[in-house]
Amino acid sequence: MAEIRIEHLRKQFDDFVAVEDSSLTVENGEFFVMLGPSGCGKTTTLRMIAGLELPTSGRILLDGDDVTFLRASERDIAFVFQLFALYPHMNVRRNIGFPLSCQGVPRSDVRRRVEETARLLRIDHLLDRPVSGLAGGDRQRVALGRAIVRRPKAFLMDEPLGTLDAEFRELMCQELRQLHNRIGATTVYVTHDQLEAMAMADKIAVMNHGVIEQYGPPQEIYDRPASMYVADFIGSPPMNFLPFRGSLRRGTRQVRLNGATIDVPEIREEGAEGDLVLGVRPEHIRFDESSKIRGKVVDAEYLGTTQIVTVTTGHGTIKARIGADRPADPGDTVGLTFVASRLSLFAGGSGRAVRTELHDGGRNG
Amino acid sequence: MAEVVLNGVTKRFGETVAVDDMSLTVADGEFVVLLGPTGAGKTTTLRLVAGLERADAGSVSIGGADVTGTEPAARDVTFVFQQYSLYPHLSAYDNLAFPLRSPARRQPEAAIRARVEEVAAMLRISSKLNNKATRLSGGEMQRVAIGRALVRNPQVYLMDEPLSSLDAKLRGDMRLELKRIKKDVGATILYVTHDQVEAMTMGDRIGVIRDGRLVQIGTPRQIYTDPDDLYVATRLGQPAINVLPQGVLPDGGAPAGAATVGLRTEHLRIRRAANGEARGQVDWIEHLGDQSHLHISLDGRRITTLAEPDSGLDVGDKVSIEVTEPLYFAADGTRIRGA
Repeated sequence: MAEIRIEHLRKQFDDFVAVEDSSLTVENGEFFVMLGPSGCGKTTTLRMIAGLELPTSGRILLDGDDVTFLRASERDIAFVFQLFALYPHMNVRRNIGFPLSCQGVPRSDVRRRVEETARLLRIDHLLDRPVSGLAGGDRQRVALGRAIVRRPKAFLMDEPLGTLDAEFRELMCQELRQLHNRIGATTVYVTHDQLEAMAMADKIAVMNHGVIEQYGPPQEIYDRPASMYVADFIGSPPMNFLPFRGSLRRGTRQVRLNGATIDVPEIREEGAEGDLVLGVRPEHIRFDESSKIRGKVVDAEYLGTTQIVTVTTGHGTIKARIGADRPADPGDTVGLTFVASRLSLFAGGSGRAVRTELHDGGRNG
Repeated sequence: MAEVVLNGVTKRFGETVAVDDMSLTVADGEFVVLLGPTGAGKTTTLRLVAGLERADAGSVSIGGADVTGTEPAARDVTFVFQQYSLYPHLSAYDNLAFPLRSPARRQPEAAIRARVEEVAAMLRISSKLNNKATRLSGGEMQRVAIGRALVRNPQVYLMDEPLSSLDAKLRGDMRLELKRIKKDVGATILYVTHDQVEAMTMGDRIGVIRDGRLVQIGTPRQIYTDPDDLYVATRLGQPAINVLPQGVLPDGGAPAGAATVGLRTEHLRIRRAANGEARGQVDWIEHLGDQSHLHISLDGRRITTLAEPDSGLDVGDKVSIEVTEPLYFAADGTRIRGA
């Protein structure tokens, strides 16, 4: 078990800065997801934690010990690549035990630990079967078993489900999280898939161009994004952005968009002015004929209980998630209102979130 | 574009019946989604239409012509596979142009260029046309793969989970894109997926497949609100439909023979209980970002619903549960429709 702390970590490849002044703490037993598009620096960060890359500057602490320049093999961390490669000529038992046998662990210990691991993964009934005859899900479990049998201080996983077909990916997502709940080992997991991140993480770090834009519990990142980048990356469909010009002062509770007055959470910082952006999650939009914000329905995606309605307005295209019982047909003209207490505001130029009572109150409803 | 008709099609692989007496008509210009889990026979069905598999029984016709014994190349269909397979040494442009350059449908290069650019614009990859396939991101590669199917104007498009390797946002964009393409070109599309969101949002009709059989086919709304059996009811809906033995909750007027009750969020009214009317208790509230799921325990059973954004409910709250017009099923899973 371990706490992982990185401090001012930076990695430069020639003139390309892969990771820029990153600091974060992964607490003991936490399932920590690093999320971002390809090239954002998440894999490089993971490889530095593993000892597969050396940082240009900054420190990595494992349980308080500085391991920045220790070899990978001296860190007691397991790095899990994609979860599919098994040795086809070995049975399940030998596949899982392989990392231990390689380390020269006595055979009786190997046997005991393999059986423990198999019970944890609920594949103990398969131990003496050849891997070639196993169903897909069981093959993944064996591959996972090989990673966890060593019981390292921490697991580092780099898009381990990337090559699986979609249905298996969802299943393995749940299984990985359940497994984590049982063994509680500190895990750092890298993915570009926000749904995987939301479903599995205790905390998420959202990365962009080598910088950690925000890290925290999934719901906090969703409800109180620190930047437009984060707001856009998390959520499907993502947050709607409505640009406007104006000025925000401490205590401001309303903004004006093209003549419509909109209530917003109270501003709790000195303010911002000029190009500003109102951020509205699709589920915080209501249809209301009396609203001055009007638009035309161009598409309705039926989802059973809810539907996602795409509306073109004078403020751009807006996607709303509303009840499926509310009629919304392409061509309809509708009025839109927003749930005031849940709105975000951003400075247009930097994309930085403007601090409001939402941030102070810790409101999560 | 053309109508596709499967008539009593059966396909066996050894002992396994992959597709079992399947009859299905995809109308000219219709977008039909076959929905089912891995191994249900949906990909085999597509491959039968494409001619990549031969039916053991039954017939396949496209545009009124029987093609059951016709070679794939002569069927005038295009197939988009789940794992996009591009020619890595070619540019995005040349990958897109490839189907148009086949000797069978030789076209002047200017016409090819016009068509490739048109499709690239539709898929928003115009700026990537000169990139080598290997220099594209996963999403771009998949759009090129879809584009390669679109450059031709075949009678039928067959698509096998084409969006499953994309991330959530791109998947959302591509869903709308495919719908738009369908509308713009009037394409006949047979699309298979295990993803209920894709099925519900894109399909004119959804065919639910189980064990090689077509269990029910209808519009997304029909399939969701009026399922023929419990299996179909459980395939759609997030959170999944709650299934309770009949009688656990008072509902007033269960039809004769009802063994189980299916309850979706919209069949339940959950409110903080006033004195003495408590039926359940909020166990936990699962925050999934855009939605929250309310987990309620009820006499040792569990009910999961979509939490109303403003319900004000908290973990530990005692709640009353009111049921309106739920779905009833017989012991064998068949739907019993109310009087």
